[in-house]
Amino acid sequence: MSQTNSGIANIAQIENGSVAKKPPKWKHTWKEYKKNKYLFFMLIPVLVWYGIFHYGPMYGVQLAFKDFSPIKGIWGSDWIGMEHFKFLFYQSPDFARIFRNTILISLYNIIFGFPAPIILALMLNELRYKLFKRFAQSISYIPHFFSWVILSGIIVVMLSPSEGPVNYIIKLFGGEPIYFLADTDYFRPTLVVTSIWKEIGWGTIIYLAALSGIDPTLYEAATIDGANRWKRIRHITIPSILPVVSIMFILSLGGILNAGFDQIFNLYSPAVYEVADVIDTYVYRAGIQQSQFGLTTAVGLFKNVIGIMLVLGTNYVMKKMGQEGVL
Amino acid sequence: MKPTIGEHVFQAILVLSISLLCIATIYPFLHIASVSLSSPSEASRFGFHLYPREIDFFAWNQVLSQTKIWTGFGNSVFRTVVGTLLTLVAMSLCAYPLSRKYLPHRSFYTMIILFTMFFGGGIIPTYLLMKWLHLMNSVWVYVVPGLVPTFSMLVLRNFFMGIPTELEESAKIDGANDIRILFSIILPLSKPVLATLALWTAVGHWNSWFDAVLYITDQNKQVLQFFLREIVITNTDAETFGRTVVGNLKYAPAIKAATIMFAALPILIIYPFLQKYFVKGTMIGSLKG
Repeated sequence: MSQTNSGIANIAQIENGSVAKKPPKWKHTWKEYKKNKYLFFMLIPVLVWYGIFHYGPMYGVQLAFKDFSPIKGIWGSDWIGMEHFKFLFYQSPDFARIFRNTILISLYNIIFGFPAPIILALMLNELRYKLFKRFAQSISYIPHFFSWVILSGIIVVMLSPSEGPVNYIIKLFGGEPIYFLADTDYFRPTLVVTSIWKEIGWGTIIYLAALSGIDPTLYEAATIDGANRWKRIRHITIPSILPVVSIMFILSLGGILNAGFDQIFNLYSPAVYEVADVIDTYVYRAGIQQSQFGLTTAVGLFKNVIGIMLVLGTNYVMKKMGQEGVL
Repeated sequence: MKPTIGEHVFQAILVLSISLLCIATIYPFLHIASVSLSSPSEASRFGFHLYPREIDFFAWNQVLSQTKIWTGFGNSVFRTVVGTLLTLVAMSLCAYPLSRKYLPHRSFYTMIILFTMFFGGGIIPTYLLMKWLHLMNSVWVYVVPGLVPTFSMLVLRNFFMGIPTELEESAKIDGANDIRILFSIILPLSKPVLATLALWTAVGHWNSWFDAVLYITDQNKQVLQFFLREIVITNTDAETFGRTVVGNLKYAPAIKAATIMFAALPILIIYPFLQKYFVKGTMIGSLKG
């Protein structure tokens, strides 16, 4: 609409041979705003809210380059340049550890946790008993709806070396009780297994939707041509859900610096900090509990910048692959 | 086509393995429920607990007679109800203008909002902001900082964009302004998607705990999840474990289990009835817009 208007104005300009006839642009814009003033009555409070609660914290990011003093405040504190980052990369005893733990836990979650719902969805899809299928789906969604506080409480009991049923089974088979949550060898696998337990059912929804969209005549034709089950799965089912799988995979790569704060924070203890402490848990302990605001803001900024680079990178890859990007 | 023997075996294997997964999913909840109802010696017995063999209501009594549990419950209900209502209103107020193609500079405002999904200040600057705003130890810290969940708002905006414009055009001719159109035409048409978003928000509020850990030190304003953490995870709750030391310590496993069940019950109760709305919502959310 506005384009056609300016087009007409342009033609008018050429005909009259002067610029003066065209109303100034701001006047036109002002008119548009006035016409839609009720829309702005609605939008402005929310924009103000975004300004305070989302852009407000961004103002505080300057602390990453400052020596924060509570008396001087954020603005008044002295600039120290890249000191915090230099400390993190060259001197901090913790940074390499938390970075390594974050990446490793995320990678394990992707390697083992990513295929899990796909496999379950394929299994559910092959089931002939529809009622059982629906029942199994309803059951498998349940843990998704609980906070990690509740689930951790449950997991601690399940894995307890003296009371838990998991160690009971291990003992039945003649093994020694395992301290899953206090043993540095077992803590990360426990994280991976428990997050699969929480999300495997819920994760199937998107794949089952893709599976239900496959044309059944494809299977009929393949069966007549003599394709057995594995051939049908390999040549029809898997190629049909591959686009969804690749989108989900790339999205999960974008979140690689989020190793699962809620889960780790509620399950870890000083005994396993060596393998369990990740960026977010470190920021909480060093920042909030020990008031190292400048240093931990720098850690947070580092994480955010890597995060946004990953999002842009994966978005680029998605578009290259012919998929729709997220941006 | 008649199923072959191979097909029968295959189906049997599928049913068996999926059943095992379901048992692994549901058993822990049964275990906790029966431990919460067991006598001390039974509660600490090594092994499986499918049902309470020696029923003892002491732990539940203990949990339900604690004032802080009810304080937490009240605050959790407050943030869930008030937070969800305010979020629905705020999301609608934001999503509707952004869904109108004729909003001047629409893409600019959308970009401002979208940007916050990919970049944020991080936890420390947010913490300092809450201090500066005097939201520490105020129950509004549960509601206001998370007022507009951006992803849900975009889901709603996409839904609004799909509503035919003829309806609002005729209303405009009749002299209705945009605010009236939103509340009397658009929102009534959006009930299903609003229900789903309300469910997401409500479950999110019920389950939140980290904002309580960060911003609230006043015990009268704490939420249930926070007390649950104190009792079950950090074991720092003096009231539960300190009062009658001998009597309560042997009940500790049952008390912990009862507290977990108490916090889990509201969701367990609504889940069977509202399950389909949750699932529908995921499908709305997965639509690209």
